[in-house]
This record gives sequence, C-alpha cells and structure tokens, in this order.
Amino acid sequence: MKLFLKIWRQANANSKGKFTEYTLDGIEGDMSFLEMLDILNEDLIAKSEEPVEFDHDCREGICGMCSLQINGEPHGPDRGVTTCQLHMRRFSDGDTIVIEPFRAKAFPVIKDLIVDRSAFDRIQQAGGYVSVNTSGNTIDANAIPIEKENADNAFNAAACIGCGACVAACKNASAMLFTSAKVSQYALLPQGQVEATDRVMSMVKQMDLEGFGNCTNTGACEVECPKGISLENIARMNREYYAASIKG
Amino acid sequence: MSGLIKSSLARKVVMALSGLFLVVFLTQHFVINFTSVIAPETFNEWSHFMGYNPLVQFVLQPILIGGVVIHFIMGFVLEIQNKKARGIGYAKYNGGANAPWTSRNMIITGAVVLAFLGLHFYDFWVHEMDYKYVSGLAEDPTRYHEETVEKFAPFWRTVIYVISFVLLSMHLWHGFNSSFQTMGVNNKYSPAIKTITKLFSVIIPLGFIFIALYHHLNPITH
Repeated sequence: MKLFLKIWRQANANSKGKFTEYTLDGIEGDMSFLEMLDILNEDLIAKSEEPVEFDHDCREGICGMCSLQINGEPHGPDRGVTTCQLHMRRFSDGDTIVIEPFRAKAFPVIKDLIVDRSAFDRIQQAGGYVSVNTSGNTIDANAIPIEKENADNAFNAAACIGCGACVAACKNASAMLFTSAKVSQYALLPQGQVEATDRVMSMVKQMDLEGFGNCTNTGACEVECPKGISLENIARMNREYYAASIKG
Repeated sequence: MSGLIKSSLARKVVMALSGLFLVVFLTQHFVINFTSVIAPETFNEWSHFMGYNPLVQFVLQPILIGGVVIHFIMGFVLEIQNKKARGIGYAKYNGGANAPWTSRNMIITGAVVLAFLGLHFYDFWVHEMDYKYVSGLAEDPTRYHEETVEKFAPFWRTVIYVISFVLLSMHLWHGFNSSFQTMGVNNKYSPAIKTITKLFSVIIPLGFIFIALYHHLNPITH
C-alpha cells in the first residue's frame, strides 16, 4: 500500500520542530507500524537524509518503550496494544497518517518522536518500592496468604509498563493512571503496608512536581492503556491518599 | 493534612464536594419550583419561608453562594493548569475516540451554566434584595407565583433558560458520577451510581425546562 506520512521532526530538545511529509510505497499489511518506520528510515538513509528517531525496544508489546501519537491516539487506533503491535493492515492504501510525539510538559521532546519519560521514573523512585530484605534471606512472597481478589488486582495494576499513553491520551496530560497503578500494586498486598502512608503521599507529591495535569475522570487513559489498567486504581489511590492525609 | 491542601487531589476533592453540594441544592430547588406548576399556594408559602427565614437567608444562602463560587473558581483554575500541563498541543487529537464529549468539555458546559446563573441571579436574587432591602417593601406572602410566571413571559428569556438547562444536563451527565470516582468510590455500587447519574441529569433539567415552558405558555391574565 501507498501511504502519506506527516511526521513531527525536531532536531533536539531546544529547537523548534515542524511536520515533514513523506510518501511511502510498498507497505504490506503484515508489517508492524515500527517496521513501516524502519522502511522509511532505510529510504532516508539511502538518500543521505536524517532518519526519523523513535523509541522502541522489545517490539513484543511488553517493555513500554515505544510510544507515538498516531492519528490523534496514543499507540494508534487499536485497543490494548502498543505501537509495536499495531499492524499496517489497520490502514488503507492512500491513507494519510499523522505521527506526533506524546505531548506533555512533563514529557519534553528529546528528538523527533522521542520524549523524555523519566518523570515516571522519579515518581516511582519517590515511593514505588517495598522494604524487603534482599540480602539472601528474602522471605518467599508466597509464604504470606493473600486473598485471591487482592492478588489479582495487584497483579493487574503491576501490568503497567509505564509507556505514558495515559498521559498522552488525557486532555489534561494527567499521570494519575500510571501513579495509581504503581500505588495500587503495593497497596493491595501485605508487603506494601509498611510504607503505605509515605508511599502515596510522596508519589502524588512527585507527580504534581513534575507538572502533570489534574485528573478530571474522562476515562481516556483507561481506554488507551495498552495494558488495560483500570480507573479503579485511581479511586483506590484517592482513598489511600485521603487516609494518609488524615493520618498525617 | 498540609499535603492534601496543596495537592492536585485536594483540588479534585474541592470540585467533587462542592459539585455534590450543588446537586443537593438543585434537587430542593427543583422540588420547590415544581410546586409553582402544581400548587401555586404552596409555592408562595415555601418561597416566602425561604425569603424571610433568617437561617436560610443568613446561613444557608451564603453557604450556597460560597459553594457556587468555589466550584467555578476551582474549575477555571484546574482548566488553566491542565492546559499548561499539555504544553505544545497535538496537531491531531482524536478525543472522541476514548472519552465522551461531556467529560472533555466540562469547562464549556460549566461556563454556560455560570453565565446563566448571572441572568438567574439578576432575575430573582437581585429582585429579592431590591424588594426587601433597597425598596424596603412590605412582606407579601402571595406575590411569588405571579412574579415567577411573569418572568417567563418573554420568549427570549424562556429560550435562554431552556438552552442553559440542556447544558446543565450535559454538565451533570459527567460531573455527578465523576464526583464519586474522585471521592474514591469505584466498586460494586458504581453501576448504580452511573444509572442514578443518568436519571438525575436528564430528569431534573427536563423538569426545569417543563416549568419554564409551562409558565411561558400559561401566562397569568387579570
């Protein structure tokens, strides 16, 4: 198929970017979206032009590295998949595809389609951990009985790969879904109770410091999340936060 | 508590609680207004009570005005912060693919309702303040029904009221249920809350529309 691409090009974090248009022919439906971009880059390199920079790693939908706002949606039009698992059969011959970086003040563009998502790392570092002895005397996690529903919900929250699609989709660029998933994965388990109060306070504080927007419960994050992280996590984080605030 | 006061979650709580407070007020406002259609004497009686009871006038009324002011100021503050959080906007943003229009445009529906409140205050509240405290006219427990019906005589005012109630309905469609999510309620009761939200956000504004149209179409003739 023949495609018309409109891609955001930006030399570096400080330069002003702009859209550049490309025409790409010979794209097969079985190619992934990233393979399509690989072909574009091979063409550009053959013409001694600067290839389009984009994030990718596992290309199996599990690492959370790929991003891209495709035709106005993070990871493109499919549900429950990352960009690397989006296939070109989803598009038609002659389509124009607009490809932009994830947009948020807290996710500054590094180059072209690559954004700096280290704000997520700092939120995680602010409290997204448990104090477990890992010096060789670690207690088997399964030695503590955990209600199945809680174990399942904690596991589902932990499925968050931190790709940032929630922020990209949210009209407010809010990071509540990510932060709430990282709070929930510990809040639901006995191992996470020791730091529960400090964790939620610190992570929300860091989230605010990074400059993410306020959640207005539109639910766009849940719909666009490639891992199906639920809004229930945001409600849980709110409860945790209110309880922690009252405890002081 | 200091963390709660400064945080983004605190702003959400303020929006949710003030919104739910206004939902309660809206319900009692509707009940009283509806009597203007089915029982004009009761309407006069209740309106007179609301207009002259010191608890209502000097405690509940300031609380209500405070609730409205807090809700819209915080709404605008949140909107400005949220716009800033995006930074550079998308060239193409398919918001309709993942969230309903009502949830993405609370600032628009809210601003229209706020503008309507300006007219509504002018129509009734300013009139009452003038009657009682500026002109210093004597108490008349029988005047309210006729004054209300007369307000809806002009076609333009009735149309503005009807349009505003449609926008209010859209605002409630997202806001009512959203308040519960903000307060941390997302559990087995959530489907019921969503159903109540839909019923409330349609029935109450539709009721207000009915009252406005009824009075417009049934003027008092002497």
